[in-house]
Amino acid sequence: MEQLFDLALLNTALRVLTPILLAALGGALCARVGLFNVGLEGFMLLGAFSAIAGNYFFGNVLLAILFAILVVLVFSFMFAYLSINLKANVIVVGIAMNALAAGLTTFSLRALFDVKGAFYDKEMVGLPKWNIPVLEDIPVVGPILSGHTPLVYLAFLIAGVMWYYFYRTKSGFRFLASGENPLAASSLGLRVQRYQYGAVLASGVLCALAGAQLSLGQLTMFTEGMTDGRGFIALVATMLGQSGPLGVTASSLLFGFMEAISIRFQGLALPTHFTQMLPYIVTIAAMFFFKDKSFLKDAQKQGSSSR
Amino acid sequence: MLLQMENITKMYGGFSANRSIDFSLQPGEVHAIVGENGAGKTTLMRILYGMEQPTSGTIRVDGREVTFDSPLDAIKQGIGMVHQHFMLFPSFSIAENIVIGSEPGKALRFDRRQAAEIVKGLCEKYGMKVDPEASVGSSAPGVQQRVEILKVLYQGAEVIILDEPTGVLTPLEVQDLLAAIKMLSKQGKSFILISHKLNEVLDVADRITVLRDGAVTGSVAKGETDAYQLSRMMVGRELKELNRTPAVPGDKVLELSGIGIKGSRSKAVLDDISLSVHSGEIVGIAGISGNGQSELLQVISGLMQPDQGVVSLGGKDVTGLSTRQIREQGLAHIPEDRYVWGANREATVLETGLMGHQRRMQSRGFMKGRDIREMVSRWVSKFSIKTGSLATSTQYLSGGNLQKLIVARELEQGTPFLIAAEPTRGVDIGAMETIHGELLKRRNEGTGILLVSSELSEVLKLSDRILVMYEGKIAGELRAEEATEEKLGLLMAGGSIQ
Repeated sequence: MEQLFDLALLNTALRVLTPILLAALGGALCARVGLFNVGLEGFMLLGAFSAIAGNYFFGNVLLAILFAILVVLVFSFMFAYLSINLKANVIVVGIAMNALAAGLTTFSLRALFDVKGAFYDKEMVGLPKWNIPVLEDIPVVGPILSGHTPLVYLAFLIAGVMWYYFYRTKSGFRFLASGENPLAASSLGLRVQRYQYGAVLASGVLCALAGAQLSLGQLTMFTEGMTDGRGFIALVATMLGQSGPLGVTASSLLFGFMEAISIRFQGLALPTHFTQMLPYIVTIAAMFFFKDKSFLKDAQKQGSSSR
Repeated sequence: MLLQMENITKMYGGFSANRSIDFSLQPGEVHAIVGENGAGKTTLMRILYGMEQPTSGTIRVDGREVTFDSPLDAIKQGIGMVHQHFMLFPSFSIAENIVIGSEPGKALRFDRRQAAEIVKGLCEKYGMKVDPEASVGSSAPGVQQRVEILKVLYQGAEVIILDEPTGVLTPLEVQDLLAAIKMLSKQGKSFILISHKLNEVLDVADRITVLRDGAVTGSVAKGETDAYQLSRMMVGRELKELNRTPAVPGDKVLELSGIGIKGSRSKAVLDDISLSVHSGEIVGIAGISGNGQSELLQVISGLMQPDQGVVSLGGKDVTGLSTRQIREQGLAHIPEDRYVWGANREATVLETGLMGHQRRMQSRGFMKGRDIREMVSRWVSKFSIKTGSLATSTQYLSGGNLQKLIVARELEQGTPFLIAAEPTRGVDIGAMETIHGELLKRRNEGTGILLVSSELSEVLKLSDRILVMYEGKIAGELRAEEATEEKLGLLMAGGSIQ
């Protein structure tokens, strides 16, 4: 057991949960305005690819991230336009977006870099690791919290900001209202569509960051389908956390920890394919706890109005 | 504030929902608009509240011409609307629901404590009590309505539009609402009250405007009219008096003995209920909703199992049988909530009509399409159900029209026993007349009918015997001849009449 659990495990957990947390926060924003964003996976994949592409062409990490954000924004705008203005089924649009992102990244990989499967260039610089002064010297806490990419800290910061936005600001209050009862919100003159667009575009930005952490955070390379279902795990984290910033953070912690353990198991010479199942098994197990009452309530709400 | 609507016309394609309507409202006035379903009341109000633009016509506030492109414009001019379906956010607190749209707090921050203070202040100023911290979703409909009214008052409304405000309220809550309207109008607020409950309208309104087929058929002051004249103006013809002959009860069709259902706490939901319904009589159950009526009906129809007691239908013990078996034994059921028990919103009118008839209307596993269409179109014309076509989705039917469809469907079952729960909830006078007529006709033909209604007038009008339910028990039984609203009201409130 000593080999299994140590401080480095928690350090790894923080690193691997970041993409999940960022995407799940984006998913929570969308879910709160009534758009269930299945496209997180695709958003993230495209973010990961364009971060690498940006890095290669601009030779600058910051520009790379900005480029990723821009690309995913355009992509998420499509999602928003289709599902909000054209009122297409969000699930279908989301799935289409995932398929499109998978195809687009694979194609671009060949078209831009003329490689198959993966792209790596040793000229590229990854995200910096911040060793936070004072903090890194504290025993136990230091090794866990210090030495991460800025995006790791940003993810938690965003979760906090989102909490403040939802529960302490007027705009956040109206945002939640628009999601809870769009009809009532628009009868008060709130611009529901604007909030919906805001949510989808913000989730695009968050997924771009998630993708950047994936491709630039550890190895600075892109491989086809490298998100590997993390977008869907993020979706589960969104639901498990009841679309609240704190709940989403907690459930992302759980999934990140599981992924870290699965990585650790690989070091213990367990078959890779077996250990890779672990996060997904937890995902399924989590579903049992998420016997969500709110869906039931919604159904009853739908049914019982008498006009 | 003086409000005038002049020559308002609203066309939808070739159909005119409003035809050159003139309407005015004085400060402090309660002006009621009455009319059948589809007479154009709601359209007119949606125009006034900026949700629709009139095809032609002008709106003036204090003599100035105004145009409302959105509800926001109307709210700015001091017009507030309480919708028929409450526009509330169930998971939010009452205070949050009231201040939404102009929340207190510095800069971006939403100060919830201050919101609660504001709501307390509003409650005192207008004499309406609510708990600012309570969640709206768990509040009673009467409270939710108060929240709606306080919300429009907070928005600074001088004119308050109430669209069918009493539809979901209990009689006691209705009394509270009417009292609140009177009090607020003394403080100078004016009200537009849309309703088809004439007794309520006659109680509070200073002036009453009647609409029919999109046009004004009359505008009368309170003292100059009565329910009879109003209903004639609404329907456009004389209403037929219900032709009641004394009941000729036959054999028992339904018998309940000692039915009991345990509640969550010590109080029983149903406590030792015994009653019987004979063929050829209507037994009415009166009571404030929530006193066990719903559970009683669910026990009879097999949707819920009693903890004790026996239900027998047509002489056969049906306790514990499935709903289907009970229905086959001879039960039809007009359910109290048409959306929960009575229809599938997504289904077409044809499919909703077919429900419960599906086993009969087939041959060798294939639906008899033509026969089904004939059957449903027969009901559509008989009950003048307003629907685009048989293929229209049920959710687009107005509540009253859907109710007529369900009533027709259940009557068609031709069973010896019929449950009619709130059979005329939300339907207009013309339809009510038809439904009441049909129920009486069925009773004369020998059907036993159990009528449950929160409308006392309906229970009194139709029933041969009346049982009053209070806290899960039968608080008293009266014969039709001796029953009066006063006696029933006393029993319903838990009193006794001796």
